Amino acid sequence: MRPSPFQRLQPDTPVTVTLLMINIQSLTFAYPRGAPLLQDFHWQIQRGETWAILGSSGCGKTTLLYLLAGLKFPTSGTIQIDGEPLKRPRPQTGLILQEYGLLPWATVRENIALGLRLRSFYGADGVHAPRGSQTPAAKPVDWWLHRLGLTPVAGQYPAQLSGGQRQRTAIARTLALQPDLLLMDEPFSSLDAPTRENLQALTLELAAEHGLTLLLVTHAIEEAALLGQKILLLGKAPNSRILSNPGAGLPEYRESPAHLAMCQTLREQMKGEE
Amino acid sequence: MKEIRRRDLFLAAGLLILLWQFSAWLVNLPILPTPHRVLMVFWQDLTSGDLLGHFLISLWRVAAGTILAVLAAAPAGLALGQSQRLHRFFSPFVYLLYPIPKVVFVPVILLFFGIGDVAKITIIFIILFFQILVLVRDQAASLRPELIESVRSLGAGRKALFWFVYLPASLPAIFTALRQSVGTAVAVLYIAELFATTRGLGYYIYFQGSTLLNYPAMYAGVIAMSLLGLMMYFAVDRLERWLCRWQYVS
Repeated sequence: MRPSPFQRLQPDTPVTVTLLMINIQSLTFAYPRGAPLLQDFHWQIQRGETWAILGSSGCGKTTLLYLLAGLKFPTSGTIQIDGEPLKRPRPQTGLILQEYGLLPWATVRENIALGLRLRSFYGADGVHAPRGSQTPAAKPVDWWLHRLGLTPVAGQYPAQLSGGQRQRTAIARTLALQPDLLLMDEPFSSLDAPTRENLQALTLELAAEHGLTLLLVTHAIEEAALLGQKILLLGKAPNSRILSNPGAGLPEYRESPAHLAMCQTLREQMKGEE
Repeated sequence: MKEIRRRDLFLAAGLLILLWQFSAWLVNLPILPTPHRVLMVFWQDLTSGDLLGHFLISLWRVAAGTILAVLAAAPAGLALGQSQRLHRFFSPFVYLLYPIPKVVFVPVILLFFGIGDVAKITIIFIILFFQILVLVRDQAASLRPELIESVRSLGAGRKALFWFVYLPASLPAIFTALRQSVGTAVAVLYIAELFATTRGLGYYIYFQGSTLLNYPAMYAGVIAMSLLGLMMYFAVDRLERWLCRWQYVS
């Protein structure tokens, strides 16, 4: 394990706040009887950063997200999140998938309350939910309904919602648990363009508002260039590159030459990969 | 079953009674009494005779068998649907046993469990058990992995997944199974009540028709048995509408 700079300065005091959010060391992952998707993979993410993970299908980007979520485990190597080795889904990590993540039999309100209900189901045991001292007081479900503009559909079921409303519900449900790390797997890919742009902006806004470290998996070059201040271009193992994209996230960035140039660079890099 | 208006139900019932009335006039034999006559006997036997007692005995047998079957088959189906290993081991047995018409076991069960309620309840239990097991298993196995992973990422472990995901997801399957097989269960109960018992609607119908040759009373028994089936069906329908509201929206 490589200690964070903060820990190096004060070796004797237990430190709960580290600057390093995610620290992956020589990670290898392969499905049984498959070639490794990730091989000797190293990756560091600082707290509060916004990352896009870009790659063609089958390159392992979703797998990488599931590994970070604690839902899959590496063949070898280590993953540390917030200074702790990852052994199971971490209560402070939020995960939002492309679709089908909502309970079809629960209303929008009940879906948003699900995480909070799960927490009271287990209590603050530090395994399924953060320990008592780690939890700031949760905002009520109504606050989230309002914040994401879902109040009018609070009593409806997922099947009655538009794709955008469904994804807003998923976001509210995850953020209601006050995560510090948000993982999103192609969250906007099934939405129409205006809804997608709207939700992209909202996601960045919420990430800033709640001090989230944001990791977003996408196969869309424009989306990666638009949202990721840093972009992990995931190629066939062991090839992967990191690009810096400091302008991302600003409202006017979508139309800027820098964005177009970044898209062009990414396109060329991905082509070189094939 | 799609939404049916109450008015249409009453209309259909009225037409069926009319058809019966005409047939009775045409046939004009003691073996087909008029609906009026039968309903009179039905009411008399229900209020002052022993029809109500037989009805309640049969209701108790069906209800007990049904509840036990749900309690046993739903968790078993959930387990088979969730666990590859259990599925691999048990599915060949289910595959072999599921298509067997369970009614052929009636004599065997009567031999083993004798003449009491246990035999009748066991028969109903067996019929419903496999139906529920198979449907719940398939339902649980078809749950989208995205849904499971999402809920796990919210902090759910095995126990919470059961209560918050698998159980509510399997409710529609339980109700579908019940709706499909409650009719069969009542039919087989009738057969089971023909043997070695002096209580229950099956016995009542048989005794009135074949021993006393009291045809109006026999028909009253047939009506009671029909009502028993209908009641079970309605109860399942009502419960489903209440517990699975999300299936009836939009």
